[in-house]
Amino acid sequence: MATQHARSAARLMLAPAVILLLGWMLVPLTMTLVFSFKQYLPLRGGDLGWVGFENYVRFVTSSAFWPSIWATLIIVGGVLVITIAFGIALALLLDQPMWGQGIVRILVIAPFFVMPTVSALVWKNMFMDPVNGLFAHLWQFFGAEPIQWLSQASLPSIVLIVSWQWLPFATLILLTAIQSLDSEQIEAAEMDGAPWRSRFIHIILPHLSRAITIVLLIQTIFLLGIFAEIFVTTQGSFGTRTLTYLIYQRVLESQNVGLGSAGGIYAVILANIIAIFLMRIVGKNLDA
Amino acid sequence: MGRITLDKVTKSFGEVNVIPPLDLTINDGEFVVFVGPSGCGKSTLLRLIAGLEDVTSGQIRIDGEDATRMPPAQRRLAMVFQSYALYPHMSVRKNIAFPMKMAGLPEDEQKRRIDSAAKALNLTDYLDRRPGQLSGGQRQRVAIGRAIVREPSAFLFDEPLSNLDAALRVGMRLEIMELHKRLATTMIYVTHDQVEAMTMADKIVVLRAGNIEQVGSPLELYREPRNEFVAGFIGSPKMNIFGGNPAQQHGAAKIGVRPEHIAASTETGTWEGVVGVAEHLGSDTFLHVHETGLAETVTVRVDGELPVKHGDRIFLTPEADKIHRFNEQGLRA
Ligand SMILES: Nc1ncnc2c1ncn2[C@@H]1O[C@H](COP(=O)(O)OP(=O)(O)OP(=O)(O)O)[C@@H](O)[C@H]1O
Ligand SMILES: [Mg+2]
Repeated sequence: MATQHARSAARLMLAPAVILLLGWMLVPLTMTLVFSFKQYLPLRGGDLGWVGFENYVRFVTSSAFWPSIWATLIIVGGVLVITIAFGIALALLLDQPMWGQGIVRILVIAPFFVMPTVSALVWKNMFMDPVNGLFAHLWQFFGAEPIQWLSQASLPSIVLIVSWQWLPFATLILLTAIQSLDSEQIEAAEMDGAPWRSRFIHIILPHLSRAITIVLLIQTIFLLGIFAEIFVTTQGSFGTRTLTYLIYQRVLESQNVGLGSAGGIYAVILANIIAIFLMRIVGKNLDA
Repeated sequence: MGRITLDKVTKSFGEVNVIPPLDLTINDGEFVVFVGPSGCGKSTLLRLIAGLEDVTSGQIRIDGEDATRMPPAQRRLAMVFQSYALYPHMSVRKNIAFPMKMAGLPEDEQKRRIDSAAKALNLTDYLDRRPGQLSGGQRQRVAIGRAIVREPSAFLFDEPLSNLDAALRVGMRLEIMELHKRLATTMIYVTHDQVEAMTMADKIVVLRAGNIEQVGSPLELYREPRNEFVAGFIGSPKMNIFGGNPAQQHGAAKIGVRPEHIAASTETGTWEGVVGVAEHLGSDTFLHVHETGLAETVTVRVDGELPVKHGDRIFLTPEADKIHRFNEQGLRA
């Protein structure tokens, strides 16, 4: 790719893909932006003309806005904490030599292959059903009143389901990071008199910091948009209405495309703020 | 104090027996070098002493106390690894302070020891850098600094200089010897390098397949190798070993003569051959002589000035009292 000729040829050949991708991204974004400045009610008169920033004002002043931001942050934060904490623990365990290591590792990754809709349905019907669910039976076995998981503990339930899906991802990334730790460093720390806890805090955790930031970044981006898990379980009730779900309701349930689009733009801004913030941390961590 | 005794120590990895029963005593303040071919168990032996591997059977005593089941931290030994094993995310200062922090030493004592170690090892200007920003030799010194500050009863080195270039090796070798003289602490040192073994050791332990072939001072091993293996292993270039007729003339199954104990001449001598490659080192020249009827190649050290070239005829005469005789089992006769 050194010569001028080769470079321009490469550019020419890459162009269709780049244009396609750009269009794919730009067209919906532009349309969202356009709709967000319009009063657009598909079943109640259609396009009713420009309204300026009215949709934006209405979206944030509605009583559902701040709760939805909180729900989003709690779900994202909860899942991140759980997947990283358990991911580190699992990665440490899987790094130990043990019998049947290969099979155990595949089993640990398995949840990642299950589609979100399917896994949420399985959790809802097989585990969390207050009458027939496994948890209900477990509670009854110990003589306790079964919990109405999805209504009494709706947010924790969703955090649990989503964590279960993302734990394999975190574990996998953290496991490869642990495996790249030079065993002589651990041995040196052992000779230096560091007990297990200090070795973990002073050697293993700093070594994992890059992998942890990467897990943090990638998961946050995906978790901001979770939808299926809420759609098939609580339908946004019992305080589980996230920003994504609120936008969906504005567009499809209230049939207010303009208002929903304004919400969509807020979501884009929120995601970008978080992404820039995370990139800063990652950048610092990846440089060191 | 740092007297280490190994008593019938063995080590197996699963089915593979790496160290057969082995006895060894290392006295307080001694500089002991383990040498041997690759894979003979030098590192394993060192790691057994350090406590990083469990012995399969036998006993390790440190200063008379049974340390066989002691965790590494309690053995009061410090190890310097071949890869240095510095903590990459800590500054040099924190690296050196780490063992003291773990031992719970007071801050001012930590600082005092760091400063004195840094001064002794020329690290004062680098204390706030990370290991990644140091050269190989500097990293090696940090690793040594981290070992010194613990004031251990013995230092263990596993090929500490093998990642350094030749010039730096010579410098670090001297620094380690200097350190040993100053601290008078027991040091156990694993190496491949002939020169390191000969120059540094008070006592050399020659290992082969986990067995101790001979233990002794460098000159003892040089002058009176107990068997053919040690004879071939100690000394550089290698001793020439011949069997057959010339050996029988000296009443042995095999004889060995070091290159420096053979005189070369262009006119007369006991043996005759053709010069192959001549390696000129300046002070000496090593001749590889072929077609002698003794062995495929005979190595001879001659004066830098001897005017010979490839293909010349040459005559060789061994110094009669420097001939080593070995019996059929390869043992010194
Ligand atoms: N963890 C292990 N599992 C199985 N075999 C091992 C293990 N560690 C070492 N060995 C074997 O033990 C023998 C001695 O290894 P060791 O590392 O002590 O050799 P060494 O003398 O240090 O060699 P080198 O000079 O190449 O470093 C080798 O044959 C090696 O294959
Ligand atoms: Mg080794």
